[in-house]
Amino acid sequence: MLHIINKSPLSNSSLESCLRVAVPGDILLTEDAVYAATSGNAFEGKLREAMGRFKVYVLQPDLDARGLGDRLIEGVTSVDHGGFVDLTISNNSCQSWL
Amino acid sequence: MSEGGVKKFMFVNRKAPYGTIYALESLEVVLITAAFDQDVSLVFMDDGVYQLKKGQQTKGIETKNFSPTYRALEGYDIEKLYVEKESLEARGLTEADLLVDVTVLGRAEMGALMNEQDVVLSF
Repeated sequence: MLHIINKSPLSNSSLESCLRVAVPGDILLTEDAVYAATSGNAFEGKLREAMGRFKVYVLQPDLDARGLGDRLIEGVTSVDHGGFVDLTISNNSCQSWL
Repeated sequence: MSEGGVKKFMFVNRKAPYGTIYALESLEVVLITAAFDQDVSLVFMDDGVYQLKKGQQTKGIETKNFSPTYRALEGYDIEKLYVEKESLEARGLTEADLLVDVTVLGRAEMGALMNEQDVVLSF
């Protein structure tokens, strides 16, 4: 399953809730959720821990918009909008966490 | 209250840019307030500090990059920009990552500054 998160982990609990309950699979961070995948942020440790169970992707245009294209945590895979579509196809289902 | 009809206005920005409209709307109201010759302070804390991150490139999300506007605030005599130290640190950012000159305050100093305002608007 593909889990899509679009909220900052430092102001909203959706990513934390997803990591708590979800069965291992794919996670795509979009919009303000991309901050979770930037080095030095307070959620970095939790994301790194989750990366043992989940394959984590980040939408690169959203990272670039926020001026953090050069701060991506190692091990997180960057995708463009085409890659976003590919993830929705390669997974049987997806959940957009609000 | 301050003298001569001038009030101390503080805008507290706590939202990241682009994900919601708050950051842009705050900027609009700040510019309006400046036109009335008020004493304006801007605060950036929590995810609001991300509004000032250098190097924003919004072409890929087809959204206007409004971050250069923060640099133009000086031209409207808005020169009091405050950033909370703890918020920067929690995001792996330093003053050098910001696109304008700011005053970095600890949480206690920030609280004291808020307390001396006539009007505080939250975004």
